[in-house]
Formats: sequence, C-alpha cells, structure tokens
Amino acid sequence: MSAVEQAYREHWARLLAILTAELRDLDLAEESLQDAFTAAVSAWPPVPDNPPAWLLTSARRRAVSRLRHMAVAARKLPLLVVDEPQAGDDLLSLIFTCCHPALSMEARVALTLRCVGGLGTRQIARLFLVGEATMAARITRAKKKISQAGIPYRVPSGPELGARRDGVLAVLYLIFTEGYAAAEGEDLIRTEPAAQAIALARMLAALMPHDSEVSALLALMMLHHARRDARLDERGRIVTLTEQDRGRWHREEIAEALGLLRPGPPGLYQVQAAIAAEHASAIEPQDTDWTAIAQLYELLEALTGSAVVRLNRAVAVAEAQGPGDGLELLAGLEERLPRHHLLPATRAELLRRLGRLEEAVEEYGKALALVGTAPEREFLQSRRATLRP
Amino acid sequence: MKYALLLYGNATDWASATPEQIQEGIARHGAYIEMLKGRGAYLEGEELGAPGEAVCLRRGEGEVLRTDGPFVETVEHLGGYYLIEAKDLDEAIELATACPEAIVEVRPVVEYSG
Repeated sequence: MSAVEQAYREHWARLLAILTAELRDLDLAEESLQDAFTAAVSAWPPVPDNPPAWLLTSARRRAVSRLRHMAVAARKLPLLVVDEPQAGDDLLSLIFTCCHPALSMEARVALTLRCVGGLGTRQIARLFLVGEATMAARITRAKKKISQAGIPYRVPSGPELGARRDGVLAVLYLIFTEGYAAAEGEDLIRTEPAAQAIALARMLAALMPHDSEVSALLALMMLHHARRDARLDERGRIVTLTEQDRGRWHREEIAEALGLLRPGPPGLYQVQAAIAAEHASAIEPQDTDWTAIAQLYELLEALTGSAVVRLNRAVAVAEAQGPGDGLELLAGLEERLPRHHLLPATRAELLRRLGRLEEAVEEYGKALALVGTAPEREFLQSRRATLRP
Repeated sequence: MKYALLLYGNATDWASATPEQIQEGIARHGAYIEMLKGRGAYLEGEELGAPGEAVCLRRGEGEVLRTDGPFVETVEHLGGYYLIEAKDLDEAIELATACPEAIVEVRPVVEYSG
C-alpha cells in the first residue's frame, strides 16, 4: 500500500469532518480534500513528517482557491449550521449528519459510505448494484438537501441522542445485510459491504466507547461475518448453521467479538448479539444452548413485536422443546409474513421432523414459489427430494 | 433559516366542524402562535379559504385557462401555513411537532442574496 493510500484509509473521514466544520460546506470540503489527496500522489515521496497535517493544509489552500474562482451564484446556498465546535466531535457530527432522518434511507447509506467510509461513487454503486450515474445523482441530491434544508452539523444531545444513535446503527446494519444475504440473484453472499459496515461500526464504537448498543452492533456483525466461509459449500449451495463446518469459522474474529460484549440495557442489538454469541460459542452444534436462545428471542420479540423474530423464536423453541411447540408458535403468521419463503420452509422442516411428510412436501412447494435466490431454491429442492420415496 | 410549515387537512371535516370545534381550533392555534413568539420563531401565519373557493390559472399558449377549485384534487388540502425562523432543520421540526394539525410539511424557504 502506498503512503497516500494508507493516509486515505486512516485519515479521510476525520480530515473531511474537520474541513466540513471549518468551511461549513460539505461539498466544498469533499472536493478540496480530494484535490489534496490527488496532489499528494504526485508530491509524495518524500512523505511529509505529518501526512494528515500536510493534507489538511493543502485542502484548505484548495478550498480558498476554489471559493475565489467560484462564480457568484444568484441563489445563496445556505452554509451548514455548525454548533459551537467541541473538540473531537467533528467525526461524530459528520456521521450524524450523513444519517439524518430527514434524508431518505438510500441517501443516508450512500452518504455515509462516501463521506465516512471514503468510498468512491463507482464503488458504492457496485455495492448496491445500481448504475454509477444513479449513485452520483443520489449523493449530489443528498448533499444539496443537507445545505438547503438546514440539516445541522452536530452531535445530538439529551433525549434526542438515543433515537438518532439508533438511526445511525440502522444505516450501518443495512449496509451489512446488503452484502450478507442478497435478496435476489446468483450470489448469496458478497463480503465487501459487510466488511465496510464493520469498518464503519469500529469507527463509531471508538467514538462512542460507553454505548453498549454500538459495541453490540459491531459484535453482532463480526459474529455473523466470522461464519462467511462456512455458509456456502464448494458448489455455492447454502449450508445451515447446524451443518456448517465450524472449522471454517474465523475463531479469532469470534473471540474479538465476544470480548466486545458488555452488560447494558437490553437493546435491539444487545439481544441479537447475545443470540449470535450463543451460536458462535458452541464448539459443536449439539453444544448449542437452545433454551437460552429461545429466551433471548422471546425478549427480542417483546422489544420489536416483529413477525420475523417470532419465526426465529419458533425455530429455537423447536430445538429446545420439540418441533410440536415450535409449530404452535408459527400459527397464524401467514397474515403477517405473506411473501416470506422462510415461513413455509420452517414449517416444512418442523413437519418433517414430526413425520407429517405429506404436509411437509406441500409447505416446501409453497416456499419454492416464494424464494428469490438460486442457492436457496436449490437448498429447498434438495430438502424436499429427501422426503420423496 | 426560514421555514414554511404547510398545514394539510381534510376540507370536508373543516366544513362540517361545529362552532365549538372551530373555537377550539382557534384557541389551539392561538396558543401555538404564542409559543412560537415566545421562542422568537414566529414570522407570520394564515388560514386559507376552503379549496372550493380557489380559482386556478394555467398559462397555455397565448391564453390563460381558468378553472374552479384547487390545483390538485385530493382528500387532504393545504389549509394554512406558518412562516417561522429556526436555527436549523432540527429546531424547525421540533417547532412543527407542536403544531396542532394532523399533517405538517416542513419546507425550507429559499433565500436569495443581494
């Protein structure tokens, strides 16, 4: 890695955050910083003693010259509303601004990856499987809205902080899940979005070290991601958790994630991370503490009221108490999850265990009619085939 | 920054409101305006006539088409607005949240220099 690449990776977000606070213009800050990195490519080596200071000075100079050359626009673009600067809060302000609820979710995701993650427009477009021009327009619109609507550049405080923090975590988790299980198409897992989300969560956890939900989200994503090499077999077919080769789990990542978990109020990510930790701690599938997992899902269902959580709880209860009890928890879920293939797929599996094979075949048929990705379809077909004489 | 709070509601409900309900609405908006003034945020605000009282002009080629009624026929109509001054969008949203109407659209006002 060249010195410029390394500086980009280490300092992009923080330098952009500082410049944005100074210039009160996200667009200008971003372009000037980009210029500074471009200048560094030809000016380095010799690498300056303090690369970020060199980059900041260069970017400030570029900003002044850009401002001088800018035609005087008839329409005044309002400057960013920047609160009294608090030392070290610039980067958090940047993150909270990119994830502001007045922006669409798509815009929040794109801006966060661009400004905080330092990703190029093309790279972000590829992550979300959209055209580069579409993504460029989305980012431009979002930046415009920040300045024109007066979205403030600050870290929220008081009772607002909790809700806004949840908003940031939702953006990061959305980036993560985008790669973890693609909804459609041939590739079931693309590891790049997940890795980006983990990097962003690491940054946030360092900035909010006392927030147990932030570290829980980081742990949750790392625990899932540690299993990436075991989720598909050599032919790209899905492998269930119990059948995964646990030797292919990244144990060092699991150990690090478990170390991040600390007691705190039972939040959304805290409980999900605790569930993932139970799975990851079992050396063999039969070591899994399904009773503990079923209890955690019950807590999660109380927190979220989500039908998908109920589905997962039913799976855990089936393991802990038997397939009949699990099946009972699935009763009536169709209304709440009409297009969800995992509901009939789960019911089929439980019916199979109960020896009710004809009903199981029927449920596999329903699941196959709803499933999106090729590997998942293949998995369901192979399951159904084992039931046929 | 200046923000417009655009208040939307159901015109049929307004037309069928009892005198008591109308008095209540006026009192609620009166209290809201006092709150805005107390925060130094109030610039102006008006209630608009019913959509049925609107006339819409559309400029075509060389002629002006005139139709009765509002620009868009919907269930929810623009029934009034406030113009407020707020530090940023967060403050504007906070002030809009206290507004006694079902639907409030927060729109930044474009300001031209010179």
